[in-house]
Amino acid sequence: MTDNIIPMLGVVTDIRTDTPDIKTFRVEAVGGGKCFEHKPGQCAMLSIPGVGEAMFSITSSPTVAGYQEFAIKKCGCVTEWLHHMDVGQQITIRGPYGKPFPVDDELRNKDLLFIAGGVGLAPLHSVINYVLDNRSDYGKVDIVYGSRSKEDLLDLPEIQSVWADPKSGMNVHLTIDREQEGWDGHVGFVPNFVKELDFDPSRTVLVCGPPIMIKFVLEALTELGFEKTQIYTTMELRMKCGVGKCGRCNIGDKYVCKDGPVFRFDELDELPAEY
Amino acid sequence: MQEMIVNRLRELLASGDYAGVIGWSKGETPFDRTPGLFTEKDLDRLCYDSFCGSNLSKYLIANAKDKKVIALLKPCDCYSFNQMCTEHRIQRENVYVIGVGCKGKIDGEKIRNGGIKGITGVSEEGDLLKIETLYGEKEISRKDVLLDKCLSCKGKEHKCADEVIGESEDTSVGNKYELVEKLDAMTPEERFEFWRGELSKCIRCNACRNACPACSCIKCVFDNPKSGVENKAAADDFEENLFHIIRAYHVAGRCTDCGECSRACPQGIPLHLLNRKIIKDINELYGDYQAGEEIGQRHPLTDFTFEDDEPSVVERRGGGK
Amino acid sequence: MMKKISFQDLPRLFREISETQTLIAPIEKCGQVNFGVWTPDSTLRLDALKTVKSAKGAFFPQVEDIVHFRMKDKTIDIHPAEVLTEDFVIFGVRACDARSFELLDRVFLADPVDPFYAARRKHGTVVTLACNQPEETCFCTNFGIDAADPCGDVTAWMDRDTLYLRANTEKGEALISRLENGEEAPVEDLKKSIGEILKKLPLNDLNLTGFDGDHLMEKFNDPKWEELARGCLGCGTCTFVCPTCQCYDVRDFDAGENGIQRYRCWDSCMFSDFTLMAHGTNRPTQTERFRQRFMHKLVYFPAKNEGLYSCVGCGRCLEKCPQSIHIVNVIKSLGVKEDD
Repeated sequence: MTDNIIPMLGVVTDIRTDTPDIKTFRVEAVGGGKCFEHKPGQCAMLSIPGVGEAMFSITSSPTVAGYQEFAIKKCGCVTEWLHHMDVGQQITIRGPYGKPFPVDDELRNKDLLFIAGGVGLAPLHSVINYVLDNRSDYGKVDIVYGSRSKEDLLDLPEIQSVWADPKSGMNVHLTIDREQEGWDGHVGFVPNFVKELDFDPSRTVLVCGPPIMIKFVLEALTELGFEKTQIYTTMELRMKCGVGKCGRCNIGDKYVCKDGPVFRFDELDELPAEY
Repeated sequence: MQEMIVNRLRELLASGDYAGVIGWSKGETPFDRTPGLFTEKDLDRLCYDSFCGSNLSKYLIANAKDKKVIALLKPCDCYSFNQMCTEHRIQRENVYVIGVGCKGKIDGEKIRNGGIKGITGVSEEGDLLKIETLYGEKEISRKDVLLDKCLSCKGKEHKCADEVIGESEDTSVGNKYELVEKLDAMTPEERFEFWRGELSKCIRCNACRNACPACSCIKCVFDNPKSGVENKAAADDFEENLFHIIRAYHVAGRCTDCGECSRACPQGIPLHLLNRKIIKDINELYGDYQAGEEIGQRHPLTDFTFEDDEPSVVERRGGGK
Repeated sequence: MMKKISFQDLPRLFREISETQTLIAPIEKCGQVNFGVWTPDSTLRLDALKTVKSAKGAFFPQVEDIVHFRMKDKTIDIHPAEVLTEDFVIFGVRACDARSFELLDRVFLADPVDPFYAARRKHGTVVTLACNQPEETCFCTNFGIDAADPCGDVTAWMDRDTLYLRANTEKGEALISRLENGEEAPVEDLKKSIGEILKKLPLNDLNLTGFDGDHLMEKFNDPKWEELARGCLGCGTCTFVCPTCQCYDVRDFDAGENGIQRYRCWDSCMFSDFTLMAHGTNRPTQTERFRQRFMHKLVYFPAKNEGLYSCVGCGRCLEKCPQSIHIVNVIKSLGVKEDD
């Protein structure tokens, strides 16, 4: 009865260092198994009592059995603590929260284009793997992903061995901001790369990254003939309750934790730009 | 007086040297006086009368940062202004101070608390206030409903004015330390009981702090998530007490006794008594001192002379037992 | 059925109620009247029109524990706080505050239901009190609230030396059924005289046209916000005395011996850290924070709740804002003018 604000216990069973400031944490219920079922794009509140509680995207696909994963960038009190903990640590977890990407409705049978920058890949990661596990339900899939440097590309081993594998039926386009030794791929910012790749404007787009990247990606897509009604993104704001009550993530008549975090760009147009 | 002020402001603003005037405008109820920055075109909204009790000097921190403005200051507001200039919160040369005459300001809350309800209009006839209400006309003596701070008026002189418009009066009555002395005379238990009662009303709205001209930290320790003491609501009685006591100590020596804390408090907590107790102690230990008397003063707690009392004075006086 | 009790017998009734339930009523403490737990020593102030804090704290307390954690090495024990299981009565709620409970219900009883709030609503009996002498700061009439005949489980009227009570619900019936039967006529007279005063309130005719979801962006982008917010101190007085403000913060408190108490407390969108995250805030200026509070009450809330405003016209913000900046200023300044 109190489950929407009282957390449950989770155990961190694996910690992977992805980049110099991003780690992926695997969380299971005490005694094994998932803490709850979720849909791609949903979030959960993780907490270390005494340090704080914060909302994170669930990075793993719902199709993964037995656990959930969270790719978390070190940037504040809670994340700092999480980065310093060891495997076996108990944390508290509650969720899942928010509206997922419409993987079983609007996205089905569509040609998809994923665009991500930096840790912005985390929320899309869940969707991409869900699509991969239900490959026949979707059309063409392209992934454009960029980061500051090679080291800052999240999940590079998985991207190269699974997503870029021809068997996956997906095309991966990686880019980094500046030339770097040992990198023979594309160099440049994501928005320009998207323009260069000249995607057909019939695609349905899922984009996530720093606000400035999103702004220019949106411009690039508009230039290529995309409509706002085909572009989805996911938002990050201060959240406390996760259930649309505490007021923190309120923008316009929406609560990001409950009515979002996934929004279509035409929906965002009707909201004050306070994000 | 309002007309004289507005005419003079019109002249000053016409020069183009100033971005505007920090002053008051009338609001919805007979007591509403809202601070604002007035330019030439909205000078007709500016109001100065017996209800302009708020101390607007703190607004100069934000409004005179990168531009020149005119400020309307009452005699008591000048002390806060000087203190903030001393602390380099306000650049003196960015402000043209018009000292406005003051014969004591009226406390709307006192009229309401006196049992007069549904007040729709107030007019002054000498010392008499004629009050129109939804329940008929009432009368009350002006001096019975002056703001508490006016009862300990610091005098009619403007300590920082570039020019003065209007007459002022010293409205002080009696000994301003009367209540402090009463508290001093209590047993520690009685005193604790008094403050527990008062402070337990606190809702942690921070109005006292935000209105206080001495509380001018860019980021207050109580707003800093990294401080470990950041709080919106007191988790226990200890925090409830300590917030105000810490604040009183932080402004010790710098508090001009302007009374904004008590005026702003929605729960009527006499917060100024904490500060006044400290002022009284400072005066007794180091000689009479008035913060904000002039720009550039060093207050006794940050100054040292060989004549200063040693900390052992507490023991000599029978404290610390 | 109308019931009655003389003022003289009121303490007896209060004692009876408080023997089996917690009784909350307007009580004077250190010169201010607020809702508090009644005991025979309390100074009851049913005559006070407006408590400083509204009555919302009876259902949504300023601070409440939600869960206790015990930390040991890498393990955590979770002990949720218990929800209320005992009945209580809140006596002397005015019409405006009574409406605010319905507005709070829209938030806390919406899916997913808030268990702490829901338990209090379930166990609380609300006794409202008609406003014999409304004040010039009252503007409840704009929101279809009748201060002469408020809602609640029981409605009460004060007439000279007698309190008349009418049960509106089963809960209310259970509370007052034992009282002596009362006459209808004095109550009808009171309603009439209160009605006459309500008609004369100076803030009766606020024009709320255009405060709705259809004009959301227009209101948001209105250039007047900056001027309206200029004097705002950024304190939380308006928020904390407001019956409908319901934003909260969740905080951890080191309770000692490896115990962490997680509690929630009222928060204010006027505070600079309200939306602060590790990498900054999306409302860096006071103007933006100020705008959020009023947009939420006058535009966002009605857009989500069939036009229902998140203001009940109690007028506390008019009386308590240290700088006299309040919702009436906002409505008049941003609203449609009669001659537009």
